[in-house]
Amino acid sequence: MVMLAKGIEDASPQSGEGSAPVLSLTGISKSFPGVKALSGVALDLYPGQVTALVGENGAGKSTIVKILTGIYQPDDGQIRINGEPMSFPTAQDAGSAGVTAIHQETVLFDDLSVAENIFIGHAPKTRFGLIDRKEMTRKAKALLERIGAQIDPGVPLRDLGIANKHLVAIARALSIDARIVIMDEPTASLSHKEIEETYELVERLKADGKAILFISHKFDEIFRIADRYTVFRDGEMVGAGKIAEVGERELVKLMVGRSVDQVFPKRTPQLGEEVLKVVGYAHPTEFEDIGFTLRAGEILGFYGLVGAGRSEFMQALFGITKPSKGAIRIDGKVAVTRTPNEAIGHGIVYVPEDRGKQGVIKGLPIFQNVSLPSLKQTSRNGFLRLAEEFTLARDYTQRLDLRAAALDQDIGELSGGNQQKVVIAKWLATKPRVIILDEPTKGIDIGSKAAVHEFMAELAAGGLAVIMVSSEIPEILGMSDRVIVMREGRIAAEYEGADLTPEHLVRAAAGITEVRT
Amino acid sequence: MIRLLFKSREMILGAAILVLVAAIASRFPAFVAPSNLANVFNDTAPLIILALGQMVVILTRCIDLSVAANLALTGMAVAMLNTVMPGLPVPLILLVALCLGAFMGLINGLLVWKLDIPPIVVTLGTMTIFRGIIFVISGGEWINAHEMSDTFKAFPRAVMFGLPVLSWIAIAVAAGFVVLVGRTPLGRAFFAVGGNPHAAVYTGIDVGRTQCAAYVLSGALAGLTGYLWVARYAVAYVDIAAGFELEVVAACVIGGISIAGGIGSVGGALLGALFLGIVKNALPVIHISPFWQLAISGSAIIIAVAFNATSSRAKGRVILKKAEHAL
Repeated sequence: MVMLAKGIEDASPQSGEGSAPVLSLTGISKSFPGVKALSGVALDLYPGQVTALVGENGAGKSTIVKILTGIYQPDDGQIRINGEPMSFPTAQDAGSAGVTAIHQETVLFDDLSVAENIFIGHAPKTRFGLIDRKEMTRKAKALLERIGAQIDPGVPLRDLGIANKHLVAIARALSIDARIVIMDEPTASLSHKEIEETYELVERLKADGKAILFISHKFDEIFRIADRYTVFRDGEMVGAGKIAEVGERELVKLMVGRSVDQVFPKRTPQLGEEVLKVVGYAHPTEFEDIGFTLRAGEILGFYGLVGAGRSEFMQALFGITKPSKGAIRIDGKVAVTRTPNEAIGHGIVYVPEDRGKQGVIKGLPIFQNVSLPSLKQTSRNGFLRLAEEFTLARDYTQRLDLRAAALDQDIGELSGGNQQKVVIAKWLATKPRVIILDEPTKGIDIGSKAAVHEFMAELAAGGLAVIMVSSEIPEILGMSDRVIVMREGRIAAEYEGADLTPEHLVRAAAGITEVRT
Repeated sequence: MIRLLFKSREMILGAAILVLVAAIASRFPAFVAPSNLANVFNDTAPLIILALGQMVVILTRCIDLSVAANLALTGMAVAMLNTVMPGLPVPLILLVALCLGAFMGLINGLLVWKLDIPPIVVTLGTMTIFRGIIFVISGGEWINAHEMSDTFKAFPRAVMFGLPVLSWIAIAVAAGFVVLVGRTPLGRAFFAVGGNPHAAVYTGIDVGRTQCAAYVLSGALAGLTGYLWVARYAVAYVDIAAGFELEVVAACVIGGISIAGGIGSVGGALLGALFLGIVKNALPVIHISPFWQLAISGSAIIIAVAFNATSSRAKGRVILKKAEHAL
């Protein structure tokens, strides 16, 4: 590995140095209702060089990818290719300008053959206008050989692993003569061997003179393959330069920044008895050896990169998926949560990340949405008592200050924020001991965020044990009494008090052990 | 006031039925004679019972295409049972029919629940299998009136308080469903599962088990109807009620039960079935070819679906709704 790295350093073309960028973005801004995703960012990509784009979740990395590939239109700013101003109204325009993206979950067609995938939309034709299969297979073979891929162009894509699918995507990029290749966390779901192959491929593309934008959360790979870096934070470009001139510590600092503009409620946590104890929770494919304790009145943050296994663990805790090993205790007594129903019975409730999809039930009126998990309490002899349901719903929606014309109104008529209140009222009505909030403020505006944080603090003050899964560092730091960092399905670290710093969190989540300077 | 009256789908459908009946009555007053209306209702009773069972299945985002085959198989089974044991009392026959039907429903439910096969595929398959089994057990032979015992044949036709037992059973099933759907946790679960299966899971509702329960209900009612049908018409053969499942689904759709799940009511299913029943019975009276019946049923389905689609779209306009409440 070291040998290879050395070899690459020698081989990496220095010709790119000083040459003009092939792609240059200046002053790019993009807003969504309530959110400014990008404000005046700049990004340069040079031929034959790898530029690493780093930043926290929500820093605007995927927005810039979508702008580059013609999926979003920037509100402001300029895109230049070889100095020429360009715009990409559609994905096709981006493609014909030579920009191609290889996504984490590659967008290809499983039931078509490798060759068909490579040439879809621009297959070689016979003189009768039909697809020339022979020519297509020959060209596909040549392209695959060029990138060192040993794939038979005739097999259906379905039969390939993720790494090989990436290779097909790259072959496709070469077939349309892409000059700019965007790789969005290409190694996120690959094995060690496949990652090595990906690095080799990046080197080949570099040698071919392609400009590569490499998005990654893994610092080791950034330092290994990137030539340049650009750092985004909260939709702004906060730093760029040559990777050789920057240290890991510096890069982390740029990423997390110092300023935390959000205001979080001041709390003096009053920790009570231990409510929940998890021992050795494991799942065959998603997580392993998760253990922690949680006390009444405590807010425990779960931080990690996307795909670290946090939500998967929470779902197992709540009984949606089954753990292969492990035990939980509630109030010191062994509890089994094989189904959500059992979890609710033990006082564990889970407010999922996607509230629209997993929270409200449209078609049912507000009060029935609230009473749904509490029907045992509101019914007698197996028959529902609507009056009881109504009272229950009124009590809990009033506590949350729900704005609705009437409780028998269809929930679909409420605004998003009010729907969320109904979802939370629904869970509070079950009188839980532990509430799990998965990304509680994802996709909501700053004002509503503050309200959710305020409310979370109130819940904890009321003696509820709160688990908050969040990928936003300010939120984790601002709300949690204690933070568990997960990485690749395991607990990487646990911090509280003075140890709770953004640098610690990012390092633990990214798996940085040694300090490079 | 007018808006309030027309607020619910059921009201509109009810009004449409009244208009239809009035139009027929204006030319053929005999149609609205109480005895004739009772006949029409009695004729429609099997459709009503099956539509109610189908309703709960559709509420959970599934569909049961095997109801007519279930009906025919159960009908054949109890008719054969009757020929072998003519002395078997009617309550026992009813029990056998309900259990046999429920068992077939359970097969559908388990296939949907445990094997995660799309409902339309499961019930298309079992529909064919059930019909095949009828052929196997009967050898393709008919069981005719003279082979059935008198008590077996008399039960659905026996008149109580001015209506045949068949009609009373439909009324009882409808009443039972009002309670089941509106006043039990299972009824609520049907709506929750169809309205948002993901949210239902997070609320502690077992989606598969709820769907399975809906199939068992639908199957039990199909079995019950199987006996009533065979006894009423005093004949059992392979092809009875062939294609009837589509009429059942049509009744539900016309009655405003959303094929997408989660929306519907007992009243809707009842009215949907009645609408089809009236059309079917009225056309011969007013000398319109029964072939037109298909065209009319088809148009009613499309109109009902189009109407439901526009009414649910209007729901998205939060501002207008607010304004409405303010008024």
